[in-house]
Amino acid sequence: MPRLSYLFIRASLVYLVLGFTFGSLILANKGVPFAPFIWTLLPIHIEFLILGWLTQLALGVAFWILPRLTSSAPRGEERWSWAAFALVNLGIALNIAAPYTGIIWLGLLARIVQAVGVAAFAIGNWQRIYPLKFSFQAR
Amino acid sequence: MPTITRWFIKAALVSLVLGLAAGIWQQVASTAGMFPVYLHLLTFGWLTQLIFGVAIWMFPMYSKEHPRGPEWLGWSVFATLNLGLLLRVIFEPLQSLSPTTFGAWALVTAAILQWYSGMGFAAAVWKRIRGK
Repeated sequence: MPRLSYLFIRASLVYLVLGFTFGSLILANKGVPFAPFIWTLLPIHIEFLILGWLTQLALGVAFWILPRLTSSAPRGEERWSWAAFALVNLGIALNIAAPYTGIIWLGLLARIVQAVGVAAFAIGNWQRIYPLKFSFQAR
Repeated sequence: MPTITRWFIKAALVSLVLGLAAGIWQQVASTAGMFPVYLHLLTFGWLTQLIFGVAIWMFPMYSKEHPRGPEWLGWSVFATLNLGLLLRVIFEPLQSLSPTTFGAWALVTAAILQWYSGMGFAAAVWKRIRGK
């Protein structure tokens, strides 16, 4: 597994752990209320699981298993995908921090950073999505 | 495909069908507590469970002797995920309609079981994620 996929997938597991923990606290609090502030974790729970867990896992596995290009640069221009990793994680961090900073435009900036990150991944791996270059002989 | 993966994928498909059925239910008779059930059947029961099953199957080997790590861990993830989800599906709408102490603690139990499934999965595959 390439180094970047390792980072994407391990990061996704960290978000899985955090997202499940917050989600479980919210559900338990719904059953037996013990702390009203727990409800404020809902946006973080969603952010961690949709972008941190599901999206990052998909990007990490895609970078690993999509068809390769050439022997010298099998995964194309990797800087795009490295930028995606940095931007998606920065975007998640900014989005979580936004409500606590009082900076109105931070949430918007977070979403832009995330979108640019995923677009960078798409650009960097676009050419790796191609049809088979040989055909199987049917028997 | 290993046995545990088949169980995960089949249970994921059942969750997908139930999730879509919950979506139909919402359109026909909007019931309090059904929306989170609908969302979690699709995102947790379907998507996440499918990923768990395929990851346990396809991720790099844990070791030659135990290619998928400790089997009991994978099975405990499967059991707690589905038992936790089932409790939630039953008691989240019920608690919204007529709360009971039993239902309240059933939701706490569901939360603990689902939490364990996530921790167990992360523990099961963590060492299998290896970079070059």
